[in-house]
Amino acid sequence: MGIVRHRLFWPVAALALLIVVNTINTPTFLRIRVRDGHLYGALIDILRNSSPLLLVAVGMTLVIATRGIDLSVGAVVAIAGAVALTYIGSAPDPSSVGTVITGIGIALVLSLVLGTWNGFLVSVIGIQPIIATLVLMTAGRGIAMLITGGMITTITSPPYKVIGSGYWAALPVSVIVAGTIFLVVALLTRRTALGMLIESVGINPEASRLAGVRSRSIIWTVYAMSALFAGIAGLMISSGVMAADANNAGMLIELDAILAVVIGGTSLAGGKFSLAGTMVGAIVLETLDLTVTILGIPPAVTPLFKAIVVIAVVVMQSPIVRNRLAARRRGEPGDPRGVHGVQPAEPSSAEVTV
Amino acid sequence: MRRKLAVAAAAMAVLTLAACGGTTEPEEPATEDVAEGGDAMEGDLVVVGFSQVGAESGWRAANTKSIQDNLTKENGFDLKFSDAQQKQENQIQAIRSYIAQGVDVIAFSPVVESGWDAVLEEAKAAGIPVVLTDRAVDSQDDTLYETFIGSDFVLEGEMAGEWVSENLATEPIKVVELQGTTGSAPAIDRKEGFESATADNPNVEIIASQTGNFTRSEGKTVMEGFLQAHDDIDLVFAHNDDMGLGAIEAIEAAGLVPGEDIKIVTIDAVKDGMQALADGKINYIVECNPLLGPDLVDIINKVMAGDEVEKRIVVKDLAFDQEAAIEALPDRQY
Repeated sequence: MGIVRHRLFWPVAALALLIVVNTINTPTFLRIRVRDGHLYGALIDILRNSSPLLLVAVGMTLVIATRGIDLSVGAVVAIAGAVALTYIGSAPDPSSVGTVITGIGIALVLSLVLGTWNGFLVSVIGIQPIIATLVLMTAGRGIAMLITGGMITTITSPPYKVIGSGYWAALPVSVIVAGTIFLVVALLTRRTALGMLIESVGINPEASRLAGVRSRSIIWTVYAMSALFAGIAGLMISSGVMAADANNAGMLIELDAILAVVIGGTSLAGGKFSLAGTMVGAIVLETLDLTVTILGIPPAVTPLFKAIVVIAVVVMQSPIVRNRLAARRRGEPGDPRGVHGVQPAEPSSAEVTV
Repeated sequence: MRRKLAVAAAAMAVLTLAACGGTTEPEEPATEDVAEGGDAMEGDLVVVGFSQVGAESGWRAANTKSIQDNLTKENGFDLKFSDAQQKQENQIQAIRSYIAQGVDVIAFSPVVESGWDAVLEEAKAAGIPVVLTDRAVDSQDDTLYETFIGSDFVLEGEMAGEWVSENLATEPIKVVELQGTTGSAPAIDRKEGFESATADNPNVEIIASQTGNFTRSEGKTVMEGFLQAHDDIDLVFAHNDDMGLGAIEAIEAAGLVPGEDIKIVTIDAVKDGMQALADGKINYIVECNPLLGPDLVDIINKVMAGDEVEKRIVVKDLAFDQEAAIEALPDRQY
């Protein structure tokens, strides 16, 4: 019983169900082989493909915990890829490690600057986050197009390719990078007071400020981090295909990231957040994409299929539905408030998706 | 999505143009009449208002450049160019402003198919001829525009299918298809063309078909899924080069050799695709030529001279195998 009520039960159940369905359809789904000295298999593909989304979603989780939202991450993804590839492509030797590191450095510094700009608009100027980040969301792709000159920039640079397609210790580099960042953020927020401070800012910024929390710096920092992570995701995405597509790279990733956060059980109203939930959410979304291909669902039906899965997860997760189910199991009449009550920091995720 | 559609449509239109010209050089379709026409207009510039879909891809950029390079003062044109940023309302606004300015000819690549009757009627009432480039409108009344020059997407799919049927399908092959954006004309038509061209060959079996949205990264992700679900894929048919290029990455990551272990056939023939073809990673590409300017010059001159132009102008599509790509690559403009 207890495990069913856990916040992550339904997302994990959905993930398990998707994997079971895939395995029934393709018995080799769970098989992980060693090919050319590295691991290869559907599960590895899922982890690698969810790395960029995981990074963006981790940043988004922190931003959402402060009661904000960052719509500009997709544009930052496009800009980071555009800057890195344009720099590396125009360098005399695109294959030199130094060039690649410089290109990555420039892209990440620029991402950080863009995030700082978002943070400035939100925390200092006091613009609502959705509006403040909308500016960069719309203008950002224009910036990326300007950098690439409207073309899809492609390069040949083995060192750069490592980020998105390379392997370290038989594992995809992008998984290692995303995993390391995830762990660092988790340690920083859960083993220091930072997580609690972020939550307090999200629950009541004014009370936090009066209690001595430096809300402004915290808000500023989370937007900067969100953009930095989006920048790293942008490098991974552009490296995966060795092309910077200003028009399409990271398209709608902001919504996928928000969805991953919501599936993971973090409330868009700010406050309590769950990084583990976000990770499960990101992996669920990526597995869903792969499932569509593996099951051979016709493209015209794909959005409906995805919608049904996502709606099912968020509905099952909503506190009201969960409590009713729990009450029914105990044979009590359905009480919408249930025995556990609805925590203010955890309102119905179902509402969010409407 | 719409952007991609537009791009693809634009690409098609261009192809069509080239086909009409009937020349064998992809870079210079139907330019014979240009000089003549230009001379006829001597001394008096033809004012052309052109509303482009946007600047969303390399294909589109080449398309825009071709139009700007051909509708020049030297050729007798005063080009007023606007970029609709993939929005129909911007395009309608631009066309209205061209009508208000009293331009001689309006040309545009419609972002979407529907909703053009009102503004086209305004143009007709003002006596301004309209030329559609690379994408059609769904108006019932075809007197609203002079002509539509655009590629035949079905034919492109057929050309790809025929080549596969003749060259690869001498033994049973299993095909996976990377479709364009769901519901877009190029995706629907290229799929239809490929299927009809391979229908009479029992050796061709399409075992999976999924959208890769015309983008490289989705082409790669979907191909990874195909590779997990099927271990017997012989051929990838991608609705554009970009998805094919994404598929190459996925195939290489799976430890297979693209172009050999798994053959690849695509449509578009943009530079990156041609390079991959020349490198042997792609096996066949049907072209979609964006260099539409010369044909547009030709048509506008005919319209201004009062000559009849056909309502639908389709250009013959070219196609390249690996050897043709090596030859064509040095001169490739886009």
